[in-house]
Parts: sequence; structure tokens; C-alpha cells
Amino acid sequence: MANNDSGYIKKVLPSKIGKIGLILFIIGAVTGLYGYIFDPSRAVFSYLTSFWFLLSIAVGSLLLVAIEYAASATWSTPFRRMSEFLASSIPLLIILVIPLLLSIQYLFVWSHTDVVANDHMLQAKSVFLNTPFFSVRVIVILLIWSLFYYLIIRNSRQQDNSGDQALTKNNIKLSIIFIPLFAISLTLQSIDWIMSLETKWFSTMFGVYLFAGATCSALAALAFISVLLKEKGYFHPKITKDHFYSLGTLMFVFICFWGYIAFSQYMLIWYGNLPEETFWFMQRWEGGWKFVSLFIIFGHFIVPFATLLSHPSKTNLKKLKFISIWILAMHFIDLYWLIMPSMHGNGLHYSFSWMDISFLAASVGIIIFMFNKMFERYNLIPVKDPKLQRGLDFHL
Amino acid sequence: MARSNNLHSVAAIFDTPNKIIKAAEKVRDEGYNKFDVNTPYPLHGMDKAMGLSSSKVGFVTLFCGLFGGSFILLFMWWTLAKNYQLFIGGKPFFALPAFIPITFEITVLIGAVSTFIALIAVFFKLPFNNHPLHDTDYMKTVSVDKYGIYITTEDPKFDKEKIISLFKSLGAVSTDLIYLPKQEKFSMFNLKFVLFLIFVAAGTSGSTYLLLNKLMYITPFDWMEFQEKYTPQETSLFFGDRRSMRTPVDGTVAKGFIPYPYKGIANPTEVLSNPTIPTEDLLKMGKKKYLTFCSPCHGNFAEGDSRLNGQFPNGPTLHSDKIIKYSDGMLYHIITNGQNAMPAYDLQITRHERWAIVDYIRVLQRAKNAKNSDLVEIKKESTTNGQ
Repeated sequence: MANNDSGYIKKVLPSKIGKIGLILFIIGAVTGLYGYIFDPSRAVFSYLTSFWFLLSIAVGSLLLVAIEYAASATWSTPFRRMSEFLASSIPLLIILVIPLLLSIQYLFVWSHTDVVANDHMLQAKSVFLNTPFFSVRVIVILLIWSLFYYLIIRNSRQQDNSGDQALTKNNIKLSIIFIPLFAISLTLQSIDWIMSLETKWFSTMFGVYLFAGATCSALAALAFISVLLKEKGYFHPKITKDHFYSLGTLMFVFICFWGYIAFSQYMLIWYGNLPEETFWFMQRWEGGWKFVSLFIIFGHFIVPFATLLSHPSKTNLKKLKFISIWILAMHFIDLYWLIMPSMHGNGLHYSFSWMDISFLAASVGIIIFMFNKMFERYNLIPVKDPKLQRGLDFHL
Repeated sequence: MARSNNLHSVAAIFDTPNKIIKAAEKVRDEGYNKFDVNTPYPLHGMDKAMGLSSSKVGFVTLFCGLFGGSFILLFMWWTLAKNYQLFIGGKPFFALPAFIPITFEITVLIGAVSTFIALIAVFFKLPFNNHPLHDTDYMKTVSVDKYGIYITTEDPKFDKEKIISLFKSLGAVSTDLIYLPKQEKFSMFNLKFVLFLIFVAAGTSGSTYLLLNKLMYITPFDWMEFQEKYTPQETSLFFGDRRSMRTPVDGTVAKGFIPYPYKGIANPTEVLSNPTIPTEDLLKMGKKKYLTFCSPCHGNFAEGDSRLNGQFPNGPTLHSDKIIKYSDGMLYHIITNGQNAMPAYDLQITRHERWAIVDYIRVLQRAKNAKNSDLVEIKKESTTNGQ
């Protein structure tokens, strides 16, 4: 295809990639639908976990794009398109959230009017936690995300043809508006979807915790895809180990940040030792959940920390690929750990279900399918971005 | 600084970052290895241009940081969980979550400080504290807005004229010959420096000593230490008998003091009658005082089961027939006056409290010898109270 002055030659991914994504999605969706028909109350929890997995990668990627613009970072400019591709499922979230909104009664205790009538605390909370306000909130936030996705990515794509530098300036402004909006909206979403599963529990750090997890997973997805494309020769040849070193460092930083936030949340509740807060952690220390909790400490913090600590390991593409897949898996387990133990609210008891896998397969299928679709249509590198040349020439 | 005629290095100054990186690459390619680059800020790609391998100082940080972290964790374990156990907020003695922030801080602190010291040690080649480039025009320029490179005479390929022409061909703004200072090395352990250290140490400790041990006792800082008053047992220069503590006038009685008429009589023929009414509050106070003063010898339930376990003569049980038959006044007399091995308690326990103890002893005796008819009484009370 078009050869341009940045030295980038557009290639097309093998057609099987799109097919794999589509097949994964169809298998996941069909089995998930089957599960939803026969056991809706269990299926919604699996659906919620996978929905959040998709959401955190998509919105986290949009945040990375916004940070790239707002900070005027140059090393990450060649990587930006991949984050844009990963964020392309944000508009889909508006459709994907509909099944969840239709089954609120299976998820949340506060949606049961008879329970709320007998519980003073739920009554006090019902000003915020009621089905109409909840639905409006969720839809409005998803619309805001979609709007910013549309505006930022449209400017970025237009620049590929026009090379207009004013578009970068526009995007910087949009990004600066988006970042604080993102902070508030992701906090609200995390409170709505995950914290209110355990209606009487509260933690002021919860939004930050999910922000850290979302950014980790978005970076891990970016690292995994860029290493894969670099290895197969689809990426720009001028991308060196120095670029991957920076990407690895950013991932390392957010792993540390996640660990810091996770520990701070735990330590404050542990030190305060108030029964209205501690029970949430106690639930996650009962039975088999104890091992999941310990596994998250090791898998989400200590293993990636130790792996990414040294300089050579950040430039070792094989290690980077392994650890990014590892972090993605750990993020899913982390979400699973946040959501599943709160299932008892509706009188259910947690047990592992094949539906968890099928909905995960569907969300991974969506990510692959959308990425492939975007890859076919647009350049992998923002070819006329004013920062691109400096980004390609980046050295440590 | 006075300079000798010994050449240290040939230096060149460039005015753009690209030129200095090209120059460093060229110098490296020419085969020089004793050269260095000075720039006002870190330049991307300079490590590669100079052909440097990755720095080893990270290992200093890693090991010192790990040492600091494990040391402080061990320290907290020893102080708080092993040697002097403190119970804090219902937490375990070895409360790991509470120790993690401190471990983290100390890891970072020791790691950072040791890195700083290691860098200084490597750069200055401790124990020396001077560098030949120090205080030269070259250094003053490159630490502001120019980029400099120099090749030292230690380089095996060093040739003054060749290097100058090489630098000029690379587009140097100026070249400079840097001579070694007259005194080449300043050891940290030369006499002057050691004397200076001793002077500082002596000055610091001496002034601290003077401040804490002398200054505080010099007028006007001693106004709390020396007050215009007599302390106990001090000689008076005012009274003829030289006693600063005066004795009261004969027959003086303390306010509220009522003398006990049978004081010192072992077996009084007549005693006081009990002036108290055993209310609930009075019995509570009696119980408290009994448990404080009487129970160590007579036992918590007055059964003579001393918790001193024979280290002291056991007090008798107060449930014996003899003592049950004692009048209240006799019990009061024994508490006030003492009996056999028991000392007098009139100085420790007030009059009212002694009577309360007597009432409480009566309660204990009654409880020990409870009868079935008492149950009837209790039932009667509970029905009248409506319970």
C-alpha cells in the first residue's frame, strides 16, 4: 500500500486473525446466551466480569492516548495507534451494557424494593442507588467516553491525510478535558458496578484501585500487541529496544502504583478494624478465596515487579510478551476476585461456572476482531503526526 | 587554582547536542577510550555514542536497599515482637501490614543514600576529593550552555596535535588544553582535613555539653532549679533550732480528725456501735476497699486463702464462729488497732471506709451461710420490684 515519507509500509494482517476473533466471539456469545437462558442469576456475574475486562482495556487505552497527547510525549507516538485500535470497542460498550441493565435485579440487592423497605441503610442509600438513576448514570458515562473516543480518534485519523498540525493542538485540549472526566467517571462506574454489589461496603480508594488495574491492563495489551507486531515485522522498522524499554518502564510504574493502591486500601481497613469495612476482606479470606487473594498479591504485584525490575528485562521482547499476557490474566483474576465473592447478596453461593470462560472468550474475541478491523482500515502509525519523527528517533 | 605544566587532557567545546553526539561517536570509533563528555543535562543516546555499557550502580542500590529493608524489618520484629512486646490496637505483635510502610521507606532511603555515596565515591575516587577539571573555564562553560568532550593523557593513543585537529574537523567551537593543578590530589586523610574533622567533632560535642550541663544552671536560666524555698530536712538559718520544718503547737488536731477512744487496747471491754446504714453504694465501696487492703491475706471471699501463698503469715478465715459472733465495733477495732500479726490500718483507710469494710464482711459472712429462707426473701423482693 501507500509508502510515505515516514518510511512506514502498510501491511495487512493474515485473514485468520479476524476469523479467530469472530469465532471466539461467536462461541462465547452462543454459550453465554445458553447459560443466560438457563441460569440468568449466575450468568450476569460472569457477564459483568468480562464486561469490565473489556471496559478497562478499552477505556484504559483511551486514557493512554489522552496522556500521550496531554504530556506531548514523543517516544509513544508510534505506539498511539495501537491504543486507539484497542479503544475502538468503547462505542460497543453501550450495546453490551444493555443485557446488564436489563438484569439489574440479579446483580444488586438495592434493586429489590422489599429488601430496601426493611433496611434503614439501604433506604438512606437509595437516593443514589436506584434503578433509574443508576441506568442514566451508566449510559451517560458511556456516552461521554464514546464522544471523546470519537472526537480524539477522528482528529488523529484526519491528520493521516491532511497532516494538519492544528489537529494535534485540538487533541491536546480534548485530552486535558478528558483526563479529569475520566477520573470521575471511572470512579463512578466502579462504585456503581462493583462496589455496590456489596451494598453496605465502602472504600474511598476503590475507584483508584480500578483505575490502576485498568491502566495496567491497557498497557499490557499495548505491550503484547506491539511486541507481537514487531516480531512478525508489521511494525515500523525504526522501533528499537529503547521504545520497548520505555513501554516496559511505564508498565512497571503502573504495577507499582497498583500495588501501592491495593496495599493502602487493605492497610487502612486492616488498621481501622471496623466491622462495617473489614467484612469485605474477610469474605475474600474464606475458603478457597484465601488462595486467590494470595495469588493476586504475588501474581499482580510481586511477579511483574521482579520481572520488570532490571534494565535488560524491559528490553527483552520475549519477557515483555510473557509478562504482558500475565498482567492481562491477572487483571481478569483481580476483577473476578472483586466481583464473585459478593454474589451471596441475592442468596446465591459462589461456585465456578463454565460461563466465566465463555464470556471471557467473547470479550477477547471482540478485542481481536475490532483490532483487526481497525488495522485493515487505518495506518498502524500516525504517519503525518508532527511528533512522529522525534518518536521514531527516540533513544535512551 | 594554580596549574602546573603537566597536561591532563585536551578538551573541546561544541554548541549543539547533535554535534557532541557525533563527536563522541567519532572519538569512540577512532579508538580512544580514556575520554568523557560533559553536558549541562542528560542527552538521549549518549551512552550508546560513547560506547558505555550499562551502569553497575544499580546493583549498589539494589543490595543496599534490600539490606535496609530487611534490617528494619528485623529491627521491628526484635523491638516490638520479641524483646519488648507492646500490645497496640489489638493487633498481633508482629503486625506486618503496619510494618510495610516503614520497610518501604527505609528501603528507599538506604537505597538512595547509598547510591549517592557510591556515585561520589566513584566520581571523586574517594578518599580523594578533587577532580582536575574542577575550577577550569572548560567546566564553567559546559555546566551552563555548551557541550564539552575531553581526552586525557592516560589514553594510549594520546597525541595532542592529532586530537586538536580531530576536534576541529568535527566542528568544535574551541579547543582547550587542561593542565593538572600544582597539587594533584587532595586526600581526605591529610593532616589539615583530619584536624578540621576533629575540630568540628570537638566543637559540636563541647557546645552540646555546655548547653545541656552548664548553660541551664547559669542565671537567669536556673530560676526553676533554684527556688526561694526550703526543701525537706534543710537547715534553717532563721530559726534558733535550725529546723526549717516547724513542729505544731501542743494539742493541735488535724481538721476533721476524731480520736479513737480504744486505741492501743488489745482486748477492749466495750467498743463503738456501727454508725452506718449498709446501702448499696456503701457496700460497693466496702467491697472495693476490702479487695484492696484485706483480700491479700484474708482472700477475696474472706476464707483465709491468702494469695501470698505462705510467703507471709496467712490471715485467718473470717467465717469462723468466733468472728461471726464479734460485734461490728469489735471488727472495726481490729481493723483500726491491728491484732497479732495484722498491723493497724487507721492510717491507710479512713473511718468511713473502715465501717464500710465491716459491713461488707457481714455481707460475705451472710452469703457464705445462705439458707433456703433467703430464696423466699429474694423472691419477695423481686415481686415487689415488679421484675
